[in-house]
Amino acid sequence: MLKNLWTFLKSPNSAALWFILAIGFAGGVIFWGGFNTALEVTNTEEFCISCHEMENNVYEEYRETIHYANRSGVRATCPDCHVPKKWTDKIVRKIAASKEVWGKLTGLIDTREEFVNHRRSMAEREWKRMKENDSLECRNCHNFEYMDFSEQGNRSVKMHSDALASGEKTCIDCHKGIAHELPDMKGVEHW
Amino acid sequence: MKLLTLAIAVVSTVIVLSVTAQETVNPGGLATIRGVATIDETRPAEKLKRVIKDKNPIARNYVHQPPVVPHQIRGYRVDLNSNKCLSCHSWKYAAETGATKISLTHFETRDGKTLSDVSPRRYFCSQCHVTQADAAPLVDNTFEPVESLGNE
Ligand code: HEC
Ligand code: HEC
Ligand code: HEC
Ligand code: HEC
Ligand code: HEC
Repeated sequence: MLKNLWTFLKSPNSAALWFILAIGFAGGVIFWGGFNTALEVTNTEEFCISCHEMENNVYEEYRETIHYANRSGVRATCPDCHVPKKWTDKIVRKIAASKEVWGKLTGLIDTREEFVNHRRSMAEREWKRMKENDSLECRNCHNFEYMDFSEQGNRSVKMHSDALASGEKTCIDCHKGIAHELPDMKGVEHW
Repeated sequence: MKLLTLAIAVVSTVIVLSVTAQETVNPGGLATIRGVATIDETRPAEKLKRVIKDKNPIARNYVHQPPVVPHQIRGYRVDLNSNKCLSCHSWKYAAETGATKISLTHFETRDGKTLSDVSPRRYFCSQCHVTQADAAPLVDNTFEPVESLGNE
């Protein structure tokens, strides 16, 4: 059976099949590359703030925070905190994000007021996501193993060596509102 | 009559002229403890002082002084939605975070009623509690802290 196939593939009659395979392969490479490139484009700060909902609200607020400007000039941009690095996780997040595009198209959030009204539910989604992945995005840059406690403030050392070191809490439990204004925090744990 | 009018006109012109001539603009230039500056120049801004990052509580100078804040508060929001200070200083979380509990006066309204949570007049903490920087006082003073507060 296999032998038959091999003789067929070696024969000139199979040229067409080879051709199709080659096209398929090249097409695959191009498509894959294109797909990932498109993915990269949607993974930039410019893309994130290309709609006014983001630019006029969260971006404006984030510009006053440490992740926009700091003494070392290293920045964390929107996708650094909001999109996982691992490819499979990224795809999952992107598919979930399609819902947000739908929200944009249907004008769910047009004004600052509507944005603020929706902020609690949007924030809760991010808190939940980060709680579940143990604040993976923060840890991509901030590695607990390499935090030098002799350089940190008293309050940081106390909190980091208790609740964080023991694994009882994760970054987002204590650092809510690190990049944006907070929604009404009534009933949120620890507020 | 004509002569009189002319005389008045001449005299008043002279007065007006002499007055305008004297009216030189005062350029300022008064020496103050912040240095000398004239109106027509902009003095370079003072260097920003660094806020103390984190320190043990700073001794108070008199009874009922709002203690000064011994740590930085950059980015701490206090607004309708949230109060970052209370996430450490409220009675609920003080033990866990090691922060000083707000005192009971913070629950009292202006007419002496005690509320079950922070009184609105004590909600905006930085109205009374301020951060510190290492800045030498511009003016000497002879104030002596109250001895009983252990601050020399
Ligand atoms: C792209 C890398 C990156 C990511 C992702 C990131 N950070 Fe940062 N973070 C930084 C840098 C850079 C600084 C500033 C360091 C400096 O110069 O002081 C910083 C500073 C901070 C500070 C110090 C604030 C202060 O006032 O001193 C906190 C707290 C912090 N990050 C928490 C977080 C949390 C929580 C997350 C996850 C939601 C996160 N970071 C995600 C890079 C990152
Ligand atoms: C149990 C609460 C808690 C947890 C969990 C926690 N932090 Fe913090 N962190 C604090 C407190 C409190 C401070 C000091 C006060 C402040 O900066 O607002 C602080 C300060 C910091 C600072 C500034 C340090 C300094 O003194 O210069 C960084 C950076 C930071 N945290 C990052 C993180 C990251 C990343 C994680 C997760 C790996 C994390 N924190 C988890 C409570 C926590
Ligand atoms: C340092 C990490 C970090 C960066 C950088 C960051 N975010 Fe966020 N973002 C968060 C966290 C954490 C939340 C959850 C709510 C909170 O704690 O403020 C959030 C929440 C949001 C929300 C939900 C609404 C809200 O305010 O809670 C939106 C929308 C958002 N971010 C968009 C952006 C955009 C757009 C950018 C880039 C301009 C950006 N984020 C940059 C960490 C970050
Ligand atoms: C992350 C927790 C945290 C936050 C948020 C915080 N503090 Fe503190 N604060 C502390 C701790 C801990 C101390 C005590 C320092 C020590 O004992 O080393 C302290 C000390 C103080 C003191 C001195 C108390 C005394 O007895 O002298 C004042 C005043 C103060 N904070 C005010 C504020 C204000 C105002 C804000 C909000 C703008 C604020 N704090 C936010 C943790 C916090
Ligand atoms: C109207 C001015 C005012 C405001 C606003 C205010 N305080 Fe105070 N605070 C004081 C004064 C005065 C004292 C010292 C006397 C006393 O305890 O009443 C004090 C004392 C304190 C102490 C030390 C308590 C102790 O037992 O020694 C802390 C901590 C404190 N304040 C935190 C806060 C926080 C946090 C807020 C915001 C929620 C706040 N304060 C708002 C005036 C104020």
